[in-house]
Amino acid sequence: MTKLNALTIAEARDRLRTGEITATELAEVCLSAADAAKALNAVVHPTPEIAMDQAKAADARIQAGDAPDMCGIPLGIKDLFCTKGVPSQAASGILEGFKPEYESTVTTQLFDAGAVMIGKLNMDEFAMGSSNETSVYGNVVNPWRRGNDDTALTPGGSSGGSASAVAADLCLAATGTDTGGSIRQPAAFVGITGLKPTYGRVSRWGIVAFASSLDQAGPMAKSVTDCAIMLKTMAGHDPKDSTSADIPVPDFEAMLTGDVKGQTIGIPKEYRMDGMPDEIEALWAEGHAMLEDAGATIVDISLPHTKYALPAYYVVAPAEASSNLARYDGVRYGHRAKLAQGDGVTEMYEKTRAEGFGAEVKRRVMIGTYVLSAGFYDAYYNRARRVRAMIKKDFEDVFAQGVDAILTPATPSSAFPLGQEFDDPVQMYLNDIFTVTVNLAGLPGIAVPAGLDRQGLPLGLQLIGKPWEEGALLNVAKAVEDRAGFVSKPQKWW
Amino acid sequence: MSIDIETARKVAHLARIKVEDEDLPALAADFNRILEFVEHLNEVDVEGVEPMTSVTPMRLKRREDVVTDGGMADKVLSNAPDAREGFFAVPKVVE
Repeated sequence: MTKLNALTIAEARDRLRTGEITATELAEVCLSAADAAKALNAVVHPTPEIAMDQAKAADARIQAGDAPDMCGIPLGIKDLFCTKGVPSQAASGILEGFKPEYESTVTTQLFDAGAVMIGKLNMDEFAMGSSNETSVYGNVVNPWRRGNDDTALTPGGSSGGSASAVAADLCLAATGTDTGGSIRQPAAFVGITGLKPTYGRVSRWGIVAFASSLDQAGPMAKSVTDCAIMLKTMAGHDPKDSTSADIPVPDFEAMLTGDVKGQTIGIPKEYRMDGMPDEIEALWAEGHAMLEDAGATIVDISLPHTKYALPAYYVVAPAEASSNLARYDGVRYGHRAKLAQGDGVTEMYEKTRAEGFGAEVKRRVMIGTYVLSAGFYDAYYNRARRVRAMIKKDFEDVFAQGVDAILTPATPSSAFPLGQEFDDPVQMYLNDIFTVTVNLAGLPGIAVPAGLDRQGLPLGLQLIGKPWEEGALLNVAKAVEDRAGFVSKPQKWW
Repeated sequence: MSIDIETARKVAHLARIKVEDEDLPALAADFNRILEFVEHLNEVDVEGVEPMTSVTPMRLKRREDVVTDGGMADKVLSNAPDAREGFFAVPKVVE
């Protein structure tokens, strides 16, 4: 019998409803798994008391016959989400000690549906990073290793704690956020499924902002079905987020037939990068074959502005970050530097921000400040926004030609060792090469585990869908999941 | 475009982040690497393309201009590093 913490949401929901298991048991098992997994550094603020209270309440609801899908399901919550009375630091020193007086819309919806929070999860500081090495809490470790080699590997980032916690069965699923690939890249690195919804599908209210025109929260879970179940609870219009879409949220789970007959799947030639490892190329070809086997028609497509996506992103995202992070000034919350005699308010800002922000966050805030400064705004920021419009149009054109979804690799490599020194910050940015276009165009994208490389590490495929058609996208992902038959789990060493 | 040490100093000040003098050369070098990467955008012909303002075309919703929330100064101040008598306290701003 599967250990309770290794259950999927769908399995746990069904067993909770039949009374075979209780939410309290399930929470206890996850809490002790999390407690025993300190070596992963995924859970940074455990919340056992909240979890047990929520689990008891969930059990009462289930007994009363009032049990939504997420009722009694233990989740990990990325530290970027504000959770009332619980530290919510975005993995930054500048928010040390911050305990929100309010609850984010996403966590409110999940908790109202009966979900159970086991704790807050580690991440890259302010979601800026692709290896979970910029966190004030220290690195997250990937539960996967290269065979018997005990080199510590990255779980990816920025949702590295979410990825590691779900892969190691510390919770059944977790919330993530994705600004340039921060759900999909870590999901691929740990062999789980992660969905970035269409921009506007999920409310951003109460989520610490990084780049507001790109940020979107989504589920990270053990199956496509679980992502569908969890997305339904996370999504929906929120008057408190003016960019959240006022359109109905369908029952995504009911749309998962796995039947993709007659659908057209595009393979973009620009995603075939020079120097791409042959294993990634081979995996992509396998994905192609799986969808063909499922009855889809595969066509070659072109997204001509793909190579400009990362440069555009590294103007737009830092520009928005420099504006969003201006609020961390040592006045209203978080860290304030100790001041010297005679220091005024400017010194307070400068010292507070120098002490509170890590190196990568400072770098991006300053790049953003530069590209928005007088004289450079047009040359950098407006040009990047124009290129962004062209990248979006590339996608609109292929969808207009009848393409239903696009298949690409999720990442250019499998998980790499922690502690690799990059002389050049741009090297780390290349991790998001396959995922970042999706954020720039506001589209839904999903990473599905599809195989292992020669070192025994998971590799993922990415599917990109049309705006608001997460249901159809999840269904194509299901067809890949059914055929890939990915059941591998990391061998427990922690 | 190349960023020198003086420009790096100016940008750090605009961003209100204190950077020690000895750290400025490395910061300028990082800026230059990132900007060199970003300058690939100059290869694109953007003539006639409108800068994107919103990724999903939508009309922002409007609501009545009325008070919907408030009266919770204690909660607003509860996370402040220094709050006194119902206010945020900061070092002297005006001489």
